[in-house]
Amino acid sequence: MNGVDAPPLSAPLTISFDYTRSLGPVLSRFMTGLRERRVLGSRTADGRVHVPPLEYDPATHAPLTDLVEVAATGTVTGWTWTDRPLDGQPLDRPFGWALIRLDGADTALLHAVDAGRPERMRTGMRVRIRWAAERTGHIRDIACFEPGEGSADPLRLADEPVTVMTTPIRLSYTHTTSADESRYLRALAEGRLLGQRCPVCRKVYVPPRVCPADGVPTETEVAVRDRGTVTTFCVVNVPFAGQRLEPPYVVAQILLDGADIPVPHLILGLPADQVRMGMRVAAVWRDRASWTTTPENIAHFRPTGEPDAPYESFQDHL
Amino acid sequence: MSTEVAVIGFAQAPCLPSAGTTSGVETLVPVLGRALAEARLDRREVDFWCSGSSDYLAGRAFSFVNAVDAIGAYPPICESHVEMDAAWACYEAYVQILAGEAETALVYGFGKSSAGQLRRVLALQLDPYTVAPLWPDSVSVAAVQARCAVDAGVVSERAMAEVAVRSRADARANPYSQVSGVFDLDDLLAGPYLADPLRGHDCAPVSDGAAALVLAAGERARRAPRRAWISGMAHRIDPQGLGERDLTEVPSASAAAQAACLPGDLDVAELHAPFTHQELLLRAALGLGDRVRINPSGGALCGNPMFSAGLARIGAAAGEVMSGRARTAAGHATSGPALQQNLVCVLEAS
Repeated sequence: MNGVDAPPLSAPLTISFDYTRSLGPVLSRFMTGLRERRVLGSRTADGRVHVPPLEYDPATHAPLTDLVEVAATGTVTGWTWTDRPLDGQPLDRPFGWALIRLDGADTALLHAVDAGRPERMRTGMRVRIRWAAERTGHIRDIACFEPGEGSADPLRLADEPVTVMTTPIRLSYTHTTSADESRYLRALAEGRLLGQRCPVCRKVYVPPRVCPADGVPTETEVAVRDRGTVTTFCVVNVPFAGQRLEPPYVVAQILLDGADIPVPHLILGLPADQVRMGMRVAAVWRDRASWTTTPENIAHFRPTGEPDAPYESFQDHL
Repeated sequence: MSTEVAVIGFAQAPCLPSAGTTSGVETLVPVLGRALAEARLDRREVDFWCSGSSDYLAGRAFSFVNAVDAIGAYPPICESHVEMDAAWACYEAYVQILAGEAETALVYGFGKSSAGQLRRVLALQLDPYTVAPLWPDSVSVAAVQARCAVDAGVVSERAMAEVAVRSRADARANPYSQVSGVFDLDDLLAGPYLADPLRGHDCAPVSDGAAALVLAAGERARRAPRRAWISGMAHRIDPQGLGERDLTEVPSASAAAQAACLPGDLDVAELHAPFTHQELLLRAALGLGDRVRINPSGGALCGNPMFSAGLARIGAAAGEVMSGRARTAAGHATSGPALQQNLVCVLEAS
């Protein structure tokens, strides 16, 4: 590593995606039931009723098709209290988590209890379902539980059965770069491209990384030019969510002069079908005022007009 | 093909509240180097590599592929990965060696738990239909289990605090631990609840870290400077539904111990218990008597890097045998919520 550095760069990273899941015969009926304010459990060969329902009998391994309705009222069999609810949890004020065995069931489900304060929570307490005002056939159709007996009457809905459930997932991270990546990104903010040389195989990596061939950190810093050779490329013809350019356009592997590992980037400034292996290209930097510690400082690469590099000059870097 | 397999090297990174890069590669490089040095094995002599980690921790796809840089995958190597604690990668490597597919193996685990909100990220290991969409966090799930155990009279808040006091005192001798020191039992019990009945001292800290373990077959192991023979290793699983089992018992740990032939005259047990009550439940499930030294390393309560803390228990148990402090030791690992999955590895001196 190269001497004393500023701390590694870090940045917030939030990822979110929707999990869409097929429900299958048992969970489909369970979720359809929730939409009608009914809770269904599955009965195993030993006569026990499981809520949430099991899809297969754990003892006989037979598919479970015998679903029975249980009450919307039950008993807490285990609990804890949370003072500071986390993003996505059923309530945004302090609440209890509890294992709740609904009347008629032999197993307990986990859910939130809106008890107001921890002193009201106890094992053995009676709770009832508070149904969500709008129900879609999802476990969140149970908004939470609340202390007390009884519950809203079930409805008879003529809608199609629920066969798919969608659950949004949203996670926040602080992404932290390595010391070497930080040096690379800080150099980019100054319009420079940095590589590092592996002390074993002597290859120059851009961006710097632990040498994947030798398993050792790359050490010597090497300045790399902002021009190079297209080693291989693909033409993007497929539109996709979040796409910034109109297809067709070219994403290429570019072997920068002085580097041994190509970097991926866009090739613009000529028709996609004219890009070729061996073509010489140069970086097109964005306006200097907009430079930050990101690879986006380079808008794209464009042809230099030089003669193509001979295949032998990049054949080992494909 | 050998029927004998031994641990011949182990190393770990310090357990830290926050350690550097999200990728894990930079953390792993020195750890792998030290484990191989202890085993007197060159990187190119490793027949099989196996790791444990999870993309959800770092929030980046295929993070284990990125970490392969640390092991130098050229010329091509034989590598595998489990999305579990690396103790399960150790099991895979053990089976590879028993099957004659490899003579040596390096197992590693890593995780940057601090990149996201760990107890929330861990909600995603729960049933994706009826539980995970409620985002129950891992501390709350463990607290519900602790409540059940307190109600059943199998643990008490005082006995749980005693586990914390003993673990933190033992961790003073462990330079890789994150939490250590002398604590007063009543002071700890006077602290506020984090999630009733769990207080801060009942919960493992959020730790970044890594660990690596080297395994070798019979003759190859005998050529290493030190070794701890694996006399048995097994893992078992309980139902996923939190309400489907009695949370105060750990049948899968008992079954794994039986399958691994856990001896009655055990000297040391390194138990992977991220919560104090879980150590008490595991001691009962494994039938560990008072003469067994529990977690001389301080255990996961004093440093719990996700995906390597279980492997580190096997490494610490092996270290007790290699150093001569124990003739028999057991490393235990858990994965999943509320001790759902359990692995037992029995280590012996001769």
